[in-house]
Amino acid sequence: MTPVEILAMVLLALGGLFCVIGAVGLLRMPDFYTRMHAASVIETLGAGLVIAGLMLLAGLTLATAKLAILGLLIFFASPTATHALAKAAHERGIVPVLEGDASGDEK
Amino acid sequence: MIYAPAIVALLVTLALALVRAFLGPTLFDRALAVNAIGTVAMLLLAVLEFLTGRPEYTDLALVYGLLNVVGTIAVLKFFRLGDLGHASPVDDEEMR
Amino acid sequence: MRKVSAAVSLFVFWVLLSGYFTPFLLTAGALSAIAVVAVARRLEVVDPEGHPVDFSGSALRYWPWLGVEIVKSAWDVSKIIVHPKLPISPALVRVKNTQVSALGRVVYANSITLTPGTVTIVAGRDEFLVHALTRAGAESLAEGDMDRRVTRFEGAQ
Repeated sequence: MTPVEILAMVLLALGGLFCVIGAVGLLRMPDFYTRMHAASVIETLGAGLVIAGLMLLAGLTLATAKLAILGLLIFFASPTATHALAKAAHERGIVPVLEGDASGDEK
Repeated sequence: MIYAPAIVALLVTLALALVRAFLGPTLFDRALAVNAIGTVAMLLLAVLEFLTGRPEYTDLALVYGLLNVVGTIAVLKFFRLGDLGHASPVDDEEMR
Repeated sequence: MRKVSAAVSLFVFWVLLSGYFTPFLLTAGALSAIAVVAVARRLEVVDPEGHPVDFSGSALRYWPWLGVEIVKSAWDVSKIIVHPKLPISPALVRVKNTQVSALGRVVYANSITLTPGTVTIVAGRDEFLVHALTRAGAESLAEGDMDRRVTRFEGAQ
């Protein structure tokens, strides 16, 4: 493997690792609002590193441009979706578990 | 070989997010998990492009990403209003 | 002027997505871009909000900083997730914002949400309701560094 390929593989594997960490957080966190933070790790660092690794492999081609568009789409769309979820949950009256009662009661 | 760790990791992520989607407990947990699954599916499609050498997969990923956002918001709106045909009455007043 | 720039960016988008450079497809792309701008003009969405080209310069200054912040806080949240005790201290805080335009507020609210560890729940006119994963995250947000940068972003143009 060439050095570029090794670097790309490292980036891809790191991105995958952060995705898994985010998913583990999705399972471990006690309530909906804290799970949202775990999901945003997938959408920022996980997605960013995977796309960066692929861009490195593609070099200066149209594929890189498309990957950049994909990255921008995630960059603009994921906070919007997350905010919509948070606001909808808040309006439905889902109460966040706050610092004092971190026992993880699930309603 | 280059893609093996990333693909395995992404598949594990999908499985874990799917567990959260099944467990719930609220609708919003499920919607959040489905949204995460959508993001991971986009990444998986992008990696598949390089694995198979077929450039069409990024286009699929782009369309999937667009549908993912619209889908999440449509589900939320449906469960809030019980109907997709109306403008949201709340949002307009707050931002102006 | 804004319409021309919107049409050009749409055309570039077309070329990047299609990847074909035959005269017919390039012409079709140009015509589509012009048609879309014509429709968008009638919908009155080709304004500073719909095609915010004025902000390109300040975005180039703001995004790298935001990127570094995102990486830092994503790393913090990852450490919390893999920590065996899960040391979270979730907090709901109200954060003041100093932006004057709706666009500036949207940029600030989205920046907060995009940074792992903090999510904007309700975005009001001059106050956001923010859920933070840790008390430390809420406090660093309350210092207002990001708020000042977004206000500079919207004012700079």
